[in-house]
Amino acid sequence: MKTVLKVENLKVHFPIKAGGFLNSKIIPLRAVDGVSFEVGAGECLGVVGESGCGKSTLGRAVLQLIKPTDGKVLWLGENLCDLPREQMRQKRSNLQLVFQDPLSSLNPRLTVAEIIREPLYATDPTIGREDADQRIDEIMKAVGLLPEMRNRYPHEFSGGQCQRIAIARAMVLKPKLIICDEPVSSLDVSIQAQIINLLRRLQKEYGLSLIFISHDLSVVRHLCHRVMVLYLGRMMELADRDSLFAKPLHPYTQALISAVPIPDPAKERAKGTLILSGDLPSPLNPPSGCVFRTRCLKATPKCIKEVPTVEVLENGHQIACHHWLK
Amino acid sequence: MALFQAQSDAQLALMDAAARLQGRSLWQDALERFKSNKAAMGGVIVLCLIGFMSVVGPMMSPYRLEDLSWEAISIAPTMDNSHWLGTDDTGRDMWVLTWMGARVSLTIGIMTTIIALLIGVAYGATAGYVGGRTDNFMMRFVDVLYALPLLFFIIILVTVFGRNIYLVFVAIGCVEWLTMARIVRGQTLSIKRKEYIEAALASGVKTGTVIRRHVIPNVIGPVIVYVTLLVPTNILVESYLSFLGLGVQEPLTSWGVLISRGANSLETAPWLLIIPAICLAITMFCFNFIGDGLRDALDPKDR
Repeated sequence: MKTVLKVENLKVHFPIKAGGFLNSKIIPLRAVDGVSFEVGAGECLGVVGESGCGKSTLGRAVLQLIKPTDGKVLWLGENLCDLPREQMRQKRSNLQLVFQDPLSSLNPRLTVAEIIREPLYATDPTIGREDADQRIDEIMKAVGLLPEMRNRYPHEFSGGQCQRIAIARAMVLKPKLIICDEPVSSLDVSIQAQIINLLRRLQKEYGLSLIFISHDLSVVRHLCHRVMVLYLGRMMELADRDSLFAKPLHPYTQALISAVPIPDPAKERAKGTLILSGDLPSPLNPPSGCVFRTRCLKATPKCIKEVPTVEVLENGHQIACHHWLK
Repeated sequence: MALFQAQSDAQLALMDAAARLQGRSLWQDALERFKSNKAAMGGVIVLCLIGFMSVVGPMMSPYRLEDLSWEAISIAPTMDNSHWLGTDDTGRDMWVLTWMGARVSLTIGIMTTIIALLIGVAYGATAGYVGGRTDNFMMRFVDVLYALPLLFFIIILVTVFGRNIYLVFVAIGCVEWLTMARIVRGQTLSIKRKEYIEAALASGVKTGTVIRRHVIPNVIGPVIVYVTLLVPTNILVESYLSFLGLGVQEPLTSWGVLISRGANSLETAPWLLIIPAICLAITMFCFNFIGDGLRDALDPKDR
């Protein structure tokens, strides 16, 4: 499989003013701290983790909507972080974004056709009106909207339909990669399934790569080929879907997967859940050594001192833990 | 008859379907709500009437603005000799004066508001959108101008450039845009973080286009409301400038000038004060009702 996107040691630190009026100092909030991964053509990479672990920031940093502090984002071998604004703007037709809240990601003052037309004009101002209209009709059909609805406004649609409009907007430029930032978490379950199946169909039809950010493991399991687990801005584990769900190696992944309910009361009762104590530590002041050690069941003094390096097993399974063999 | 009925029913159904496919924008919704607000619609009608009279009114009278008459000084309103609203202490016809005053007052009110609107929206949207140090610098500049008293500013302008009506436009417009800029900046800050802005940037839309297409149409709601309230404020500011002798110059007149002169002869000829004062008050009410109506119509919580 050809690699389209390669992210190396990506860091996003936000400067935060701390302290009082006189002794104020700027300390970095480490939202994403040294994450590396690859996405192949036509592949779907799931990114999971609890709230505030840097999933969304990671997505935006890949698209250069937030400038990364350090690291590389290689798109077909070209480092996007070094590109000047205008050149980056022209690259944007390849990489698109779908948001969590469908209604607030659509401008309420524009009609559906205007919303979908905007990226077309932004990347190619010379495109004729008829060409544009034809492509809008095509893409509306592809995402399951009636082209007759093109002159309606977002507030006249349901949440699922709005998400379809947002997907149409992202798809109209025929991008090679779409980053979906929790695209289904604000929809109800039946609509979630529709949107996920739509994404899956579009991915197959157009050979699309997806980065699917979510905190819903069952959705990720259904859709993604590989899964990356983030904790406090750091990668904990990255593996094929099947090996990750069958045999999670990292204690954090184990806890996450054990928390997924099984739709069978007998099994659910028998399963036993690993419950983590405590909250996510502050990214302003992350624990020394392994960031997960404060909540880890296997933590030892070694975890306080040494940051675990990412080990790559022979089947491509990547893990950052001192004690995964235990 | 029955056939006709069926046909029109079918037609109605077609029109209904067309309307549904067409979609209703938030502006159309707001317009519907505005139309059903009786006070606001009343305000619009009365205001149109005043505007119409300010154009046509002076022509209806046989007298002209400059006509002084020694025979007709301070006549009370009467139907006898076409001085329908009486005359002032130089024998000028009050009917003509009132409507000429309306012309000037409304023009000043609207023009100054347009000036304030243009400067304020451009400045506020830029400051809010760009943010950071630029925003800080731009808004501190506004704060400095805020600290400058309006009257002081206008007296300086008048002494430097002499008295003329355009100066009043510039002076009021240049002061009133400050509040507008603050309102627009605040709105822009909240719009800027909306996901549709990020989506536009992610699909490669240029910054200028983002401000024009996404930011300004979405901040314009509260701004329109403020505009309708700014027009009467500016009419009032003009009238107190005229009251102090810094506004428009004779023989041109405005409601402010008329009220100021009428106040001097309150005991002998009260109609000189009462007539322009009533006109001014009605205009204020109209604008305020329209402003209230617009606020209700555009309020997003009402959607």
